[in-house]
Amino acid sequence: MPQKKLSVRIDGELISALEGQTILQAARANGKRIPTLCDLEGLTPVGACRLCIVEISGTDRLFPACTTPVQDGMSVTTVSPKLTQYRRVSLELLFVERNHTCSVCVSNGHCELQAMATEMGVSTVRFAYNYPKLDVDLSHPRYVLDQNRCILCTRCVRVCAELEGAHVWEVTSRGIHSRIVGDLNQKWGDAKGCTSCGKCVQACPTGALAEKGWAVEEMVKKNDNISSLVRRRGVQA
Amino acid sequence: MKKVKVATVWLDGCSGCHMSLLDMDAAIISLAQKIELVYGPLVDAQEFPEDVDVTLVEGAVSSQDDLNKLKKIRQRTRLLISLGDCAVTGNVPAMRNSIPVQRLLQQVYVEGVQANKIIPTDGVPALLKQARPLREFVKVDMCLPGCPPPAKAISSVIAELLDGRKREGTLAVKFG
Repeated sequence: MPQKKLSVRIDGELISALEGQTILQAARANGKRIPTLCDLEGLTPVGACRLCIVEISGTDRLFPACTTPVQDGMSVTTVSPKLTQYRRVSLELLFVERNHTCSVCVSNGHCELQAMATEMGVSTVRFAYNYPKLDVDLSHPRYVLDQNRCILCTRCVRVCAELEGAHVWEVTSRGIHSRIVGDLNQKWGDAKGCTSCGKCVQACPTGALAEKGWAVEEMVKKNDNISSLVRRRGVQA
Repeated sequence: MKKVKVATVWLDGCSGCHMSLLDMDAAIISLAQKIELVYGPLVDAQEFPEDVDVTLVEGAVSSQDDLNKLKKIRQRTRLLISLGDCAVTGNVPAMRNSIPVQRLLQQVYVEGVQANKIIPTDGVPALLKQARPLREFVKVDMCLPGCPPPAKAISSVIAELLDGRKREGTLAVKFG
């Protein structure tokens, strides 16, 4: 059965979308960009980062564009002072939660969190820094997991499960104690399920997952490769 | 025209921000004609003067001495600018924050050396429990992140302030 066509307004402009599309997909299909951090084309959206929140006419609630399906007649606002304020707060909370020391990070200059802060005009953080003591897992021969730099976007979890089919990564604990762990909380080097394919490393938006052997500013992620792999394989997210 | 009084301060940082300040090439000449540098590592003044227009502070607040200085600076400055990541986020000095101070000093000055295994106390200020950014202690009027902030960013911020404008946010700034 062909997908039903819907009429939606995004920032005042009338566009046509397909039934079942999310607001983010419909916006992108019409050349409109909504800021995102946890989203990676080809992986199932989870709405973790709250950067893609949008306003929808008729309700005061804000909705994540990546997980909210379009409805006929919906009017969506993607840019407003209110949204900018909320997006900034989301970023600031990510910065205070862990130790994002950009100046000593392998991903400095190639980090999606850092770039998003610049885009949103975040020049400082209004909250007190948490400075937690966190692990760095160096047990894998080729890769590093640095919890200090993780924003819990779960791209690694999703790419490992949906694309590699290995299901190594998962999230343990709740709230501020949440951590990415491999093979039911094994050291990465002991995780027997890991195929060392490196998809998680390429999908990671920050320096949390990186290849060994790179110095500050040297780790450039190729997450386009993930998306193109998905397209070529025809995997349905 | 009365020159604008500018001070620079170096707390717990590497002086890289001051290097960046000096790195603005020819812009520094026209700037020098409009400002009077009244205090900082680049001039001789021993006491932080009263009535400063703009103070650029580099570095995190790491010791009681840093904190005392910062409070005095705030009282005597109209516009306080956090210069660089250490002042804005804590940055590298804050990487010690999850280690208790005594443990840290023990590791560095006793276990980490071959000779003179003594934790220095004479003439050095006591460390605070954690190194933290300026705005957790005093009101900060503007933040200029970067490690270091590019010379161009510093010069354009100062130039804008001299023109009587304050346009934080219009400048593309970046952590790290």
